[in-house]
Amino acid sequence: MSVDLNTLFAILAMAVATVATRIGGLVLIRYVAIGEGQKRALEAIPPAVLMAVIAPTAFVTGPAETIAAAATALAAMRLPLLASVAVGVVSVALLRLLLG
Amino acid sequence: MPERSAFKEFRAAVMAMTPLIVAVMPIGLVFGAVAAGKGLTPAEATLMSALVFAGGSQFVAMDIWTHPASWAALGFSALLVNIRHVLMSASIGGKLDGFSGPARYASMLLLADEIWAMAEMRASERKLTPAWFAGLAVPFYCVWVLASLAGALLGAFLGDPKVTGLDFAFPAVFIVLVMGFWKGRETGAVLAASACAAVLTHQLLPGVWYIAAGAAAGVVVAVLSGSGKEAHA
Repeated sequence: MSVDLNTLFAILAMAVATVATRIGGLVLIRYVAIGEGQKRALEAIPPAVLMAVIAPTAFVTGPAETIAAAATALAAMRLPLLASVAVGVVSVALLRLLLG
Repeated sequence: MPERSAFKEFRAAVMAMTPLIVAVMPIGLVFGAVAAGKGLTPAEATLMSALVFAGGSQFVAMDIWTHPASWAALGFSALLVNIRHVLMSASIGGKLDGFSGPARYASMLLLADEIWAMAEMRASERKLTPAWFAGLAVPFYCVWVLASLAGALLGAFLGDPKVTGLDFAFPAVFIVLVMGFWKGRETGAVLAASACAAVLTHQLLPGVWYIAAGAAAGVVVAVLSGSGKEAHA
């Protein structure tokens, strides 16, 4: 259970950078006035960020991932979170087996 | 009985977070195993998960890891991968009315994607309380750190998460959450812009620029469609 000094510094550098990004937005909204346009921009952030994170997996990874993503989205209209995620995980595993 | 209700809030938040807590276990195990494969000791892998607590940047770090480790390269890459946190904390930061000053900053230290998304979901329905946020963040954090340790100790004994489909758990969670943010055609335009920009950037540029590009495109479309509507009114 040893920790190398270079590794420790690298981990600390990563931690400092990450904390800066996490605090950054909080500091930002203290100094930027929130008008109608800014409010609209802030409201768009959650769907825009989430979509950007999943888009490569959902659209350009392979047919198994694309179909499973669509199945998950359909399931989400009727089922709770855990059940929808289970639909996604099971369907991607089966589709990879079938199409793989 | 404010304490009682705070505990109830905490417990309900843990329940809401349970699917994501389950889903983060295999990811943490894989991270620990990958880190062990790169020559990190279990203590080092666990320390990284505890101090950085941002899976995406930790996996990227493993990709570019060298011996001896370069703090400048790893710190800079963590900054790039996690720059989306600035947007996330700006967004959730306006919904922390029930938080004291120090609690705001403390809670932002645990602003992982999954915790942020669930907090946004809660804030869109009712007031986000510190107890609720703690219920989302604390168990998730503990499981991430412990799973990393277990993965580093077990190493190569773990199977391939692609076979079981567990690598799809987080994309699936995010898909469900995106559906929850749907508010009509305007959301559709934001999502379409974000998806197009993210896919295009992902094909053209290495690394994680696609997240920044997709987020920026979505926000620009939201602002433009808003100002267009005002002009017509």
